[in-house]
Amino acid sequence: MSDHKPKFFTRWLFSTNHKDIGTLYLVFSILGGLIGGYLSFMMRMELMDPGMQYFASPHKFSMFASMHGLLMIFFMVMPAVIGGFGNWFVPLMIGAPDMAFPRMNNLSFWLLPVALICLLISMFVPGSPSGNGFAGGWVMYPPLSTSGHPGPAFDFVIIGLLAAGFSSIFGAINFITTIFNMRAPGMTIHKMPLLAWGVLVTSWLLLLSLPVLAASLIMLFTDRNAGTGFFDPSMGGDPVMFQHLFWFFGHPEVYIMVLPAFGIISHIVSTFSRKPIFGYLGMAYAMVAIGVVGFVVWAHHMFTVGMDVDLKAYFMAATMIIAVPTGIKIFSWLATMWGGSIRMTIPMMWAQAFIFMFVIGGVTGVHMASAGLDTSIHDTYYIVSHFHYVLALGAVFAMFAGFTYWFGKMSGYLYNKWLAAAHFWFFFIGVNMIFFPQHFLGLQGMPRRYVDYPAEFAFWNKVSSIGAIVTLVGVILFLIWIIEAFWVKRKAADNYWGEEANTLEWTLSSPPPFHQYEVLPKIK
Amino acid sequence: MRISRLATSSAFTLLGLASAVTAFAEGKNGPTDGGLGLQRSVTPVMDSITNITNYWIVPLMIGIVIFVLVLMVIILIKFRAKANPNPSKTSHNTMLEVVWTLVPVIILVILVIPSMKLLYYQDVIPEAGLVVKVTGNTWNWEYAYPDHENVDPYISNIVDIPNDEKFGLSHPQIIAKIEARPADEPRLDGRPYLLASDAPLVVPVDTVVKLLVTSNNNIHAFSVAQFGIKIDAIPGKINETWFKVHAGEEGTYYGQCSEICGVNHSFMPIEVMVVSKAKFENWLASDGQFSAQYASAKETPNTLNITGAVQTAAAK
Repeated sequence: MSDHKPKFFTRWLFSTNHKDIGTLYLVFSILGGLIGGYLSFMMRMELMDPGMQYFASPHKFSMFASMHGLLMIFFMVMPAVIGGFGNWFVPLMIGAPDMAFPRMNNLSFWLLPVALICLLISMFVPGSPSGNGFAGGWVMYPPLSTSGHPGPAFDFVIIGLLAAGFSSIFGAINFITTIFNMRAPGMTIHKMPLLAWGVLVTSWLLLLSLPVLAASLIMLFTDRNAGTGFFDPSMGGDPVMFQHLFWFFGHPEVYIMVLPAFGIISHIVSTFSRKPIFGYLGMAYAMVAIGVVGFVVWAHHMFTVGMDVDLKAYFMAATMIIAVPTGIKIFSWLATMWGGSIRMTIPMMWAQAFIFMFVIGGVTGVHMASAGLDTSIHDTYYIVSHFHYVLALGAVFAMFAGFTYWFGKMSGYLYNKWLAAAHFWFFFIGVNMIFFPQHFLGLQGMPRRYVDYPAEFAFWNKVSSIGAIVTLVGVILFLIWIIEAFWVKRKAADNYWGEEANTLEWTLSSPPPFHQYEVLPKIK
Repeated sequence: MRISRLATSSAFTLLGLASAVTAFAEGKNGPTDGGLGLQRSVTPVMDSITNITNYWIVPLMIGIVIFVLVLMVIILIKFRAKANPNPSKTSHNTMLEVVWTLVPVIILVILVIPSMKLLYYQDVIPEAGLVVKVTGNTWNWEYAYPDHENVDPYISNIVDIPNDEKFGLSHPQIIAKIEARPADEPRLDGRPYLLASDAPLVVPVDTVVKLLVTSNNNIHAFSVAQFGIKIDAIPGKINETWFKVHAGEEGTYYGQCSEICGVNHSFMPIEVMVVSKAKFENWLASDGQFSAQYASAKETPNTLNITGAVQTAAAK
């Protein structure tokens, strides 16, 4: 059969092809990242010096902070690691011709722009009496998100997040079905590439945690609009209950963002060390363990709400256990490289930076898991620094690693190494300059979500904001190397990294045919 | 070459973390510009937090990060393609896998022991010498002394000018505006801007103070870094915490609201004045009057906020 491609509108708007949908997700993720990045850049500019220079209203600053969080999580990281790389490479790696439910795949994607539009609208309609938009933080705690924001802005946020949530639930069902039923002959579950493992565990986390988010959002919606009082103490409700429900979703969400990233890093480390991944089964089941334990640690986000001390002790101990499977992953990556023949290509640089940044974010995680110590750092910049080390420097580095690893496979073109290296160095130095000093600010006690701070916090805030400018240069270089690659059109070979890139996608052309595996590959 | 540059930049960041350990021992209250570590401790709970942070956690974190970094650098140099063109085929080593599972477990167990001791020490409240009720409002704090009915509950506002007059001004300009106000309005008088209030919480030194913390509307968090306390103020719920300031540590301590609570979240500081037991008795005997520094509170203890609008403690 010839490689038949539909015309432009049919191909991109009504797409049922996993690779095209993956591309849509990646483009969407870059767009979401640019909007979310703009919001954070403005926040950093505001915080460069004490006083209020860019935001006339503190409400607007908090609104930028809240939207930055929501956009980066739901419209940048998740679309990239699950929708983008998951859609593109899970079917290719397990030897499937497409996803199990191609039309639902299309629905999954097109719910996201709807969700994004809802969130963008929310920024321009009345939120609280102090201004437009929702400014209650991405965690949306009531009563600030109910009686504190009477305007329609937060209703738009709820509807947008429900749409994004359903998009992810459909995606999760699709991935689970695909991975369980459509592996090529001989591709047993214990031979499956680690990206597929990461996406499989992530899909289960999505399937189990997102309905809880949806339920709590609907309860917020009825508290606001239908006179219920689930979270209103004057009606017998409990605002802390929302926090439990939210973090029951919110903690697995952290692993949802980072497990596929673990998979991507494993492939890259293995390829450029020219060695099979060390302790494959340990790696796969470490992800399963992280996923399972991730469901029973949520209240470590809430150590200051006044929980019973025994409950705190439990959540502290359970949280610390997560360091064990995470440690297994870090050491297994290092052991994969040990004895290897290492090439420092661009994706390998991102992967090494990922491992190192993740270790820093990991050890500070153990610090804040200790409930007593958390009293000092809870809701300070130490927390901001920690979760940006695991997400902005962790998940995002893995996304850049994956993007530079597979760019030739996806587009058919090679990028300019020097531009991509410049992107890496500016971004790497920039984000470290932003977030490392925030450890010091946090230990000194600077609270999160402040538009203005005492002059005693000025120095490290200045350093951090200069880092944001360096990062901006990195982001611009990223866009430049993409454009350059499409402009110059250097053709990529089928397997441009060499024979050590040995997962199934490298057996196909670059870019792969519109429909692949018309004869299913056999895995020995 | 790339590897070594990665290593250098990482080494610099590590150096910063290492010096965090030494930065806590200054004799000053409140945050320090360019400071690296925790604020100076003045309570037994914060002493434990500081000890565990500086002598257990931070060295452990730096140790692990340096261990992984050194290992990475060694691997990247020793096994670079030029030096080692033929990769090994090893992909299993049960012994090694058992070791790197068990060693972290042992480290965590060692860490959990002091953490548990701290947690229970912090959370089990000793016999209190003074009980203070703290209520979060949008956007100020209200302090009440339930065992001393002669002291009316009073509201503690930030010393500040309204938000819409602040845009584009630097801190020195804002401070100048505050200091130029009429004498019956609160001024900073050298206290740090954004941390100073018009009516501090007054407590005696060397006494167990139990705080009952709640909120009238949004969730806030009452936090004083040097006391090692941070507890959410939640409507419909009364949370408890405690502190006991060491003898000889009389002075003014600062904290900030630590849970997002709306537009003026950044502008509801906590100021705690720790006085000698004798002074505290005098203060109680005077029905809770403040010195001239807190001008508005002195005139009409619980009715004025910074903009001059009348606001009673009961009216929220």
